[in-house]
Order: sequence, then structure tokens, then C-alpha cells
Amino acid sequence: MGGIEPFASQPIDRAEHELSEFDKRVDALVNLLSHPSRALMRVDEMRNSIEAMPPEEYDRALYYEKWIHAVAEIMVAKDVIGEEELVLKLADLKEEDGEEA
Amino acid sequence: MSGNHHDHLHTHDDHAPVGATEPRPEYARLERAVRELLIAKGVITADDVRKQIELMDSRTPAMGAKIVARAWVDPAFKTRLLKDAKAAAEEMGVDTSNSATVVALENTPARHHVVVCTLCSCYPKAILGVPPAWYKSSAYRARTVKEPRKVLAEFGTFLPEGVEIRVVDSTADMRYLVVPMRPAGTEGWNEDRLAALVGRDSMIGTALATTPA
Repeated sequence: MGGIEPFASQPIDRAEHELSEFDKRVDALVNLLSHPSRALMRVDEMRNSIEAMPPEEYDRALYYEKWIHAVAEIMVAKDVIGEEELVLKLADLKEEDGEEA
Repeated sequence: MSGNHHDHLHTHDDHAPVGATEPRPEYARLERAVRELLIAKGVITADDVRKQIELMDSRTPAMGAKIVARAWVDPAFKTRLLKDAKAAAEEMGVDTSNSATVVALENTPARHHVVVCTLCSCYPKAILGVPPAWYKSSAYRARTVKEPRKVLAEFGTFLPEGVEIRVVDSTADMRYLVVPMRPAGTEGWNEDRLAALVGRDSMIGTALATTPA
């Protein structure tokens, strides 16, 4: 990002922001999973996953949305979570939210 | 992030997403799904998550300020801090077991340090807590390495022309803690009083320690 346009010509928004509960839970998951006692993910794997996001989604996603995307991808890639069970779980939660699964 | 070609092309404001608060529903569900599956499998417990959040909430720049104040009054501690900041932080009661290497950089009348993470948002969280939103913003990350003096000026920090500004770029494996200069007029002050002068930004390098009125 060093010196890269258009960011290098933009003003810095210095507003302070609180973290949401979602932000905190995602941060907690990353810390727990990367802790040496579990060693289930590393920061370089996380960045790799985030940087591989489709450009439009990368631009749109919040900071911690990118993080949870990476956590999910890495957990599935390492078979800690099965891809199918994640899909089923998401469908259940979507139904719970009152959306069409 | 800099190795990623596409993020250089878009032109809209990249600051808003960093600061927005609530995630979109699909991401909220993704977090819940991943967390609940990990708990069901016994990889983590709900209690682990709660404790980790409590730990995060307990980490504030006040810890860094205590470390800096100790370094100002105790030359032997300062030597240890500059040699191995993680060990020195442990000495002050910080749990750094999940932390990357931390390097403390001392500001002097001749040299000022400012920290950035051009790749992402690496930051010494164990010592300073979560980074401010601007630290994670594309503009700060892009500009600090290019025009540090101008960026510092935007933060209200004006350094004399002769002072060298050294910009350090954090990585996943190495984080930086700036040790600001002790302000004049604080001779004989105790550590608690001194620590109150050490703001978060002075330990990132975008500000100086507060000079007492």
C-alpha cells in the first residue's frame, strides 16, 4: 500500500471508531485459532485469503468481514470445518433470520 | 495488500468501511456459523471466546504508557526494553504469549520514528490494544511512507527540519512500539504522573508525549 494511488492522495480520516460485538468476536476467533496452543491458522494465511477475495467484494467488505471470510475459508481448507456442514449451518441461520434459504 | 493489484484500481472512498459498525447479515451469519461449529467440535469453548474478548477489552494504550514511563525513570529498564520489548513488557505484567516480536524504538532530538503497516494493519495489540481506525486506513498506509512529514503535520505534529523521520513498516512477525521523548519540565515526576503524558499516538509516532502546561 506504500505510496499507492489513489490512496496516497487521500486525506486520512482520523475519526475514532468503537468495535462492534461482531468485530470483537471475529478478533477473538482469530486470536484463539492462531494461539500456539491450537496453531490452526497464521496471519499470512489470513492475508492470503483476504487478498484473494473478488475485487468488488474486497472493496465492499468491512475490515472484520474480511477477517471472518478468511477464518471460514482457512477452517474449511484445513478440514477443521466441513464445507458441507458450513453450508447447511448457514442455510439454517438464514432461515432463522427469516430469509429464504 | 500491496501485492494485490485490484485494490489499487478503485477510486471510491476507502475509509468508510473501516469505520462502519455493523456487518452485513451474511457476514454476521458466517461468524455465528463458524463460531458455533468450532464450539460444537470442541476446538474452542464459548468461555474461551468470552475470555478473549475480556482480554481484548482490558488491553489499552495505558499499558504502553506505563512501559514508556518506566523507561523514562529507569535506565536499566530502558536498556532491557530497547533490547527485547516483549520481555520488558512481560516484566510489566503483559501477557505476550501470542504476540509477534515487538521492537521498541527510542525517539531522540535527532530522530523521530513513526509506525505504519503498509501490508495490512499489524500493531502491538498486547501492549496498545486495538489499533485506531485510521491506522488501518488505506490513506494512512499509502501516505506515511511517502510523505511522513505531511502526515505528521495533519496529526498536529510538527518536527524541526533537522529531525530525521524514520518510518518503520510493521510485519506479521515484527511490531513496533515508539518510545517518545520525555517532555521538558517533568524532572522528579513519578511514573504515574509521567504515564499520563504518554498518549496512544505518541507510541505510534504520529504525536509527541504531552508537554505539561
